Amino acid sequence: MRLGFELRVALRFLREGRMQTLLIIVGVAAGVAVIAYISALVSGLQSNTLAKTLGAQAHISLRAPDDVVTPAAVHPHGTLSLSDVQPRAQRLRSVVNWQALMPLLEQWPGVAGVSPTVSGSGLALRGEAVQSIALTGVELERYDRMIGLRSKVVSGTARLAPGEAIIGRELAQDLGLRVGDRLTVQTGSLSEAIRITALVDLGIKDLNRRTVIVPLRAAQNLLALPGGATGLDLTLDNVWIAQAMTDTLRRQFPYKIESWQENNAQLVSALNAQSISTGIIRGVVLAVVVLGIASVLVVSVVQKGREIGILRAMGATRGQILRVFLLQGAVLGAIGSVLGLALAVALIWVFTHFVRGSDGLPLFVIGLPPMIGLQIALIATVSGVLAAIAPARRAARLDPAQAIRL
Amino acid sequence: MPTVPAASSTAATADLIALQGVTKRYHIGQPSESEVLHGLDLQVQRGEFIALIGPSGSGKSTLLNILGLLEPLTSGSYHLAGEAVQGLNDAQLTLRRRRLLGFVFQFHHLLPAFSALENVTLPALMAEGYISAREQERARSLLDAVGLGNALHKRPNELSGGMQQRVAIARALIMEPPLVLADEPTGNLDTASSSEVFALLRRIHAERGTTFIIVTHDPRLAARCDRRVELVDGRIAHDGHPPPDA
Repeated sequence: MRLGFELRVALRFLREGRMQTLLIIVGVAAGVAVIAYISALVSGLQSNTLAKTLGAQAHISLRAPDDVVTPAAVHPHGTLSLSDVQPRAQRLRSVVNWQALMPLLEQWPGVAGVSPTVSGSGLALRGEAVQSIALTGVELERYDRMIGLRSKVVSGTARLAPGEAIIGRELAQDLGLRVGDRLTVQTGSLSEAIRITALVDLGIKDLNRRTVIVPLRAAQNLLALPGGATGLDLTLDNVWIAQAMTDTLRRQFPYKIESWQENNAQLVSALNAQSISTGIIRGVVLAVVVLGIASVLVVSVVQKGREIGILRAMGATRGQILRVFLLQGAVLGAIGSVLGLALAVALIWVFTHFVRGSDGLPLFVIGLPPMIGLQIALIATVSGVLAAIAPARRAARLDPAQAIRL
Repeated sequence: MPTVPAASSTAATADLIALQGVTKRYHIGQPSESEVLHGLDLQVQRGEFIALIGPSGSGKSTLLNILGLLEPLTSGSYHLAGEAVQGLNDAQLTLRRRRLLGFVFQFHHLLPAFSALENVTLPALMAEGYISAREQERARSLLDAVGLGNALHKRPNELSGGMQQRVAIARALIMEPPLVLADEPTGNLDTASSSEVFALLRRIHAERGTTFIIVTHDPRLAARCDRRVELVDGRIAHDGHPPPDA
C-alpha cells in the first residue's frame, strides 16, 4: 500500500497547526521522558538492591530435611487418646549423598554453579575478646564463582589453605585483627587456631561482623560433620527463575530446598510493590499522552472538517482519511518518543554525575538499555496510533456534502 | 493564453447523466420530514454546458450533490456514464467521483497547507499514491492554461479570490473527468474576476469538450450557457436554451 497521499496530507495538517503540534509533541516527549527515566531509575535501584542482597547468598539453597517427630500410632476406633507432641530440635546434619548430587545439579539447565558448604555457629576468641560467629566451610574456587568472594576482598589475598580463614571486615575491627593475625574458633568442645588471609566486605555490616570462612574440611572437623556438607548453594544464570526451579527441584529431591525469594520475602514484596507502583505511574503517564494526542486530533478533525469534505469529494476514500489521522497520531508519538528518550538520557546523565551518596560516591549506576528505549518508543508510537483511532474514525465518517457546506 | 490540454476521450452522443423520477427527502420518518426534489427527470449529454438556476431553497445544491455522488437519492434512478449509481457502496461511489467528476466550489476550497501546484496534483496523488512526471507536467500546463504559470508555488492565502478559483478549476480537470460540477464558481468574485473565470470555463469546454453543469444565481452568466435548467420548489420549471433577452 502506497501512503504517499496520506503521509503528505498528515504532515501538512500537522505543520499547519504548528502551535498545537508543537505543544503536544512537547507533552508526549515529557511523558516518554518520565516513563523512560523512571524505568531506568527503578531498574537500576532494583538491580543494585538485588546485587547487594544476592552478593552474599545463594539463589537456591539445598539442606537436609528437618527432623520431624514420628507420628503416634493410630489407635483403634473408639479409643480415646490424649497426646502432646513436642517439636524436635534441629541438629546439624549433612545432606545425604551430596557428592553424588553436585554433578547432577551442575548439569541442571539454568544452574551456573554449585558450592558445598558446612555452616554452623561458633565463637571467635582473641585474647579476652569473644565474638559469636557464623562459621562457613567452603571450597574457595566454587564459593568464589558463586558470590564473587575475591571481588569483595578489602584487605589481603583470598586464600584458604588448611589453617587459614577469611573474615568479615567488621569482625576484624571488633577483635582488633589484621591480615596475617591468628584467632581461635571454638564450636562446642572443639577449637582451632586459624590465620587470617583476607578481610571481606559482603555489603551488609551485620554479615561482616559474623562471617568466618574456612576450608570445607576445617569446618567439617569443627562442626563434627566429617565428610559432610550442611548444604549445597546454587547460583543461577537468571535469578528470577529461582522460585520455579526450586519448585521443580522440590518435586524431585527429598531435601529442604529454598529460593532466595523465600529467604528474602520482605525484599521481594518491596520490589514487587515498587514494580507495581512504577507500572501504575507509567500507565497513568501513557494514558495522559494518549488523551493529549487524541484531544489534539479531535480538535484537528473539527477544524479541518471542510478540507476533509473536499478531499472526500475529490475522491479520497474513507480508508485514506482514516489513515491520514492515524499517521498523524503515529508521527506525534514517534517524534515525541525520540525527543523524550533524548531528555531521559540527559536526566540519567544528570543523576549519574550529580546525585551522590553520603560517602561522595554515585548512589548506583542507572542506564537506559537501547532495547528498553526502543520498546518505550514503540509503545508511545503505537499509543499515538491508538489515540488517533477515535478521531480518525470520526473524520472518515464525515459526510462530504455536509462538511463542504460548513 | 495557452490552450487547455485535451481530454483523452469524449463520446459526443451518449447520455452522460440520466435522471428519472428522482426525489430527495430529508429526515425521513420524523416530524420534520421534507421533500426537496419531486420526481426530477433530466438527461445530459457529453459536451453540454448547462446552467442550473433557481431561487434559494429550490433544490439546486441538493441536485448538484446527487449528481456529484455526494448524497444518495431517495427514489428514482440515476445513471452516470451509463451506469446506475443507486445501490453502489461508499467506496464504489468514491472511485466514480475520482474517475468521472471534477468539482469547483463557490469558496474555492483549496487546501491552505498546499501550494497551487500541490493542490492541483492532489487528486492524482490520492489516486496513485505518488505523482508521476507526466501528471506533474500536466498540472503545470493546466495552471499555465488558467493563467497561473507564475504562481505554481504560491499558497492559497497568497492568491486573490479569482486566482484561487482558477486553481480550483485546474484541480477539477487534472484527472480529465468527463463532467465538472461547479457550485456558484463566480459567486464569491467581483465582476471582473467573475467574467474572467466564466470565460475560462467556456474556453475549457470549447477546447476539451468537458461537460459542465454550473449552479449560478447570475442571470447574465446563465444566459451565456448553452442550456438552462431552472429549478423551482424542487421541480424543473424550465429546461432549454436561455431566452435571447436574458
